Amino acid sequence: MEQLIHLTIDGVGVDVPAGTTVLEAAKQAGINIPTLCYLKDINQIGACRLCVVDTGARALQAACVLPVAPNMNVRTNTPAVREARKVNLELLLSNHEKKCLTCVRSKNCELQTLCQELGVGDETRFAGAMTKYDVDDLSPSIVRDNNKCVLCRRCVAACNVSQAVGVIGPVNRGFNTAIESPWGMKLSDMACINCGQCIAACPVGALYEKDSTQKVWDLLANPNKHVVVQPAPAVRAALGEEFGMPMGTAVTGKMAAALRRLGFDKVFDTDFAADLTIMEEATELLDRLNNGGVLPMITSCSPGWIKFCEHYYSDFIPNLSTCKSPHEMEGAIIKSYYAQKAGIDPKDIAVVSVMPCTAKKYEAARPELAANGVPDVDEVITTRELARMIKEAGIDFANLKDEDFDSLMGESTGAAVIFGATGGVMEAALRTAYEVVTGETLENVDFEAVRGVEGVKEASVKVGDITLNVAVANGTANAAKLLDAIRAGEKTYHFIEIMGCPGGCVTGGGQPIVPASVRMTVDPRVVRAKALYGEDAGKAKRKSHENAEVKALYDEFLGKPNSHKAHELLHTTYVARPKYSK
Amino acid sequence: MDLYRAHVLVCGGTGCTSSGSAQLIERFEQQLQEKGLEKEVKVIRTGCFGLCEAGPVVIVYPEGTFYSRVKVEDVDEIVSEHLLKGRKVQHLVYVDHATKESSIQKSLDEIGFYKLQKRVALRNCGVIDPENIDEYIAFDGYKALAKALTEMTREQVIQEIIDSGLRGRGGGGFPTGMKWKFGYNSPADQKYIACNADEGDPGAFMDRSLLEGDPHAIIEAMAIGGYAIGASEGYVYVRAEYPIAVRRLQVAIDQAKEYGLLGKNIFGTDFSFDMHIRLGAGAFVCGEETALMNSIEGKRGEPRPRPPFPAVKGLFGKPTVLNNVETYANIPQIILNGASWFKSMGAEKSPGTKVFALGGKINNTGLVEVPMGTPLRTVIYDIGGGIPNGKKLKAVQTGGPSGGCIPADKLDISIEYDTLIEIGSMMGSGGMIVMDEDNCMVDIARFFLDFTVDESCGKCTPCRVGTRRMLEILERIVEGKGEEGDIEKLETLANNIKATALCGLGQTAPNPVLSTLKYFRDEYEAHIKEKRCPAHHCQALLNYVISDKCRGCTLCAKVCPAEAISGAVRQQHVIDTTKCLKCGACIEKCRFGAISKQ
Repeated sequence: MEQLIHLTIDGVGVDVPAGTTVLEAAKQAGINIPTLCYLKDINQIGACRLCVVDTGARALQAACVLPVAPNMNVRTNTPAVREARKVNLELLLSNHEKKCLTCVRSKNCELQTLCQELGVGDETRFAGAMTKYDVDDLSPSIVRDNNKCVLCRRCVAACNVSQAVGVIGPVNRGFNTAIESPWGMKLSDMACINCGQCIAACPVGALYEKDSTQKVWDLLANPNKHVVVQPAPAVRAALGEEFGMPMGTAVTGKMAAALRRLGFDKVFDTDFAADLTIMEEATELLDRLNNGGVLPMITSCSPGWIKFCEHYYSDFIPNLSTCKSPHEMEGAIIKSYYAQKAGIDPKDIAVVSVMPCTAKKYEAARPELAANGVPDVDEVITTRELARMIKEAGIDFANLKDEDFDSLMGESTGAAVIFGATGGVMEAALRTAYEVVTGETLENVDFEAVRGVEGVKEASVKVGDITLNVAVANGTANAAKLLDAIRAGEKTYHFIEIMGCPGGCVTGGGQPIVPASVRMTVDPRVVRAKALYGEDAGKAKRKSHENAEVKALYDEFLGKPNSHKAHELLHTTYVARPKYSK
Repeated sequence: MDLYRAHVLVCGGTGCTSSGSAQLIERFEQQLQEKGLEKEVKVIRTGCFGLCEAGPVVIVYPEGTFYSRVKVEDVDEIVSEHLLKGRKVQHLVYVDHATKESSIQKSLDEIGFYKLQKRVALRNCGVIDPENIDEYIAFDGYKALAKALTEMTREQVIQEIIDSGLRGRGGGGFPTGMKWKFGYNSPADQKYIACNADEGDPGAFMDRSLLEGDPHAIIEAMAIGGYAIGASEGYVYVRAEYPIAVRRLQVAIDQAKEYGLLGKNIFGTDFSFDMHIRLGAGAFVCGEETALMNSIEGKRGEPRPRPPFPAVKGLFGKPTVLNNVETYANIPQIILNGASWFKSMGAEKSPGTKVFALGGKINNTGLVEVPMGTPLRTVIYDIGGGIPNGKKLKAVQTGGPSGGCIPADKLDISIEYDTLIEIGSMMGSGGMIVMDEDNCMVDIARFFLDFTVDESCGKCTPCRVGTRRMLEILERIVEGKGEEGDIEKLETLANNIKATALCGLGQTAPNPVLSTLKYFRDEYEAHIKEKRCPAHHCQALLNYVISDKCRGCTLCAKVCPAEAISGAVRQQHVIDTTKCLKCGACIEKCRFGAISKQ
């Protein structure tokens, strides 16, 4: 029986487990204490001083880091507390570039929300000198505008704690403190993996994706370009949030309709390529198992993870599956198979990927992912950018009628759709591997052991005569732990799925941003994944090798999985990268 | 052991070293050799004597003759006259500022500066050679550690410190024994004891002097503390800007290890203790305990939220007790002489003594140690020798950037932790800066805030932005651009920072403003409303004026870099205030006292 601690908050008695913070206890008492630097499980440092409360101590205390104590009497709503919060908020505003009319985060800005909630009107009471920074937009994925930074350090925690990358941190001190890379280097000079978890953590508009919407508009307006679009599995699980729909609403049909209305010539689905990936990857795994290949084999769908591996764990490069990530496979197939079928010169085709991911922007520009100088994918936009385009085009998203993807690369199985959640690729691979190896029908396709948001999941799965030891890691910090254990010889596996972002693609760096106040009680990783697993459960076909369009692709074009042609189009190579480019 | 008929003690503290005491020692040794006295007279480099104003200081025993401001060329005379012929060198002997009396017939303890002092923490400073463990041992060194380890239980040691009433000398004044008890009560496989030697208050240097003058006392105290709380390792966090202190501490640690006073099974007991030095890179905030621990761990020097307190979760996540250097310097004495001996000194709620660094507008700048409860007036006038140039005392600033200004009419206050806090200042580490009528109190507040703004770590909003906004307001006030409402704005910000900053440094940063506002509000108002600096200090608010004392010598016009002064020969000159740079060059040149600031 857990020991409960009794305390009083604004006259309301609450009993909470020891170790609970006053902020969490207040939530139970029905009181929302304002926060800014706090981000549940990621950043609890008591820096912004907006969550201050009166505990009777000499000074006010930060509720986000203050553990409850027996018989504590907390007051969250005294004139002194309210004034203190206001003053600190006004101080933050006094050094914040208030370009709210045009800011990418306007209406989803936590600072803006706080101003409204705390009734801060006189934003100039403490006006004074402001720090001035150049905007760092040299990264292919991430833009940092320190003029808007409120120094909450949530990005720093995301980069250091969740991701174990640590290419940003506070530099200088006092008023001149800024979140930057060391020695004035730009993000693009660093071993940044472009995952965008910093963006997802940012409460304001100091971090955002490198915008590619104009390039896509230009492609759509170009009469000489045949523009093909493909959205990733996780996009459908979150796009609706940008249009006021509840988190966890799958909007697959509306998304297809919206893409068509934006003017894309073909609306394909990356889910198709997810099934294709399974065909290639499962075959590669069985080949490695049977022919003494390098094990464990590690998935290669996540470009954030790939870059992490190349920078920090390059000794594992031989373990990486040689499969391109699904949208790159699809791009390559569009520019060969589809081009041939449609009779269009690949050079006249532009492939636009809609991804939950900022790292995909970097991935698309990798020289390995091109054929004869023609990139597999031309432009990558994130879920957020797609939402902006839909809004700009005046499409009434919420009231669109569901439409299907275009055939040839529009079909997908349930195995493909769960790619967007951590453990999904593993589960999809196991479904196919089982049937390929045993020749039997897999009755229960749900591999519960690899589902869920736990950082590292393990399972042993009997596939015919062999028992496969598998592991699933999400978030590169968890990946690092797993790889360290393998390096140390503590663990051995056959197959590992790694997704760069915590929770997998559903909470990728390109997805709609969920405010910290919501994340306190709702876990987007779980809720969004539920939408994908729901779609999977509702599909007639739930194994990748049942996808008729994929089968047709092999029959008509590729031959069989891992064939010479498949290798040419669907597989790639990796390079060890230093921690610093200069 | 060799016996000598005379000892020459040369101050090897940072102050005297920088004014050439190392060369003095060299010269003494060379001269003694030349005169064949090297077996009769021993030269010793000691720690700081305290009276830095008189440095470099040389004291010759057995007489205790106090030579001040000794230069290399004076050494030959001291050797040939005093050491060879037994005649004191009159013109080099220290002369008391206040009484103008030569100390030739007096021993050190009889000199005004030392007479009223009570040296407990500083007892060995300026007495022993800090780099010689035998000298420390000869002065009862490591006896307290032996007593603690062989005669006392851990609980008894802690009780003795609790009973002594010793409070933290680093500023906060938290009862040291209680801190040790918290550390003792925290169960853990590893605990640490740590020493805060990141002395950062401008003008405070008692910790440096202690480490330079008596490093073994700190080692002994930390070992006692380690035994008491159950820590087998100690860390001293010391500023890299204190190279002499760092070196002597390292020498002392090495010697203690060699003697088996550090290391495994000390005094044959099962207690083992080792020590490490960590250098700080000069961030004021690293004197804050949690920031200090972050820094030792190799992280950015920034405070962590408390709770958890270090005694529960400190260095490397383990229970850690951190005390200041001066606190430790008292520990061996308390163990040796007992809690009641310690309590017999000082004030009831602030027992013992306190070292202060006297600076500013005072005759005897330097280090003084007095019993707590001594009136501030005694320290300023009887020990400090009063204010130079016949000026009037205006205020005494205590507690450094976290402290406040005590006005002249409160000079009879007894110096204790609580009395100082009551009047809006604090003990702090013991900086004491004296201000006279020429000091502008608004500018003083601006000076201290400028320091805190510069030293803010930038983690929390109120300190990072709030102190900066306060500084901006103060800057415009001293520039004559103060606005109606600025005082209220300062108060709003000050109270907010005090109430909401993350760490003690942030919370106390507004104190210099609040205390000057409390006692010298009229000066603020004069700056803002009348655009006038009552102390005639703020450049922007004063004009240089030539009176009818002017003889028209033209010197001022010649020296003025802005050609702002005009006038015919033998005629009263005039300053064009629109051109005047207020550099003061004309005042310095004028032989008739005709130019003044108004």
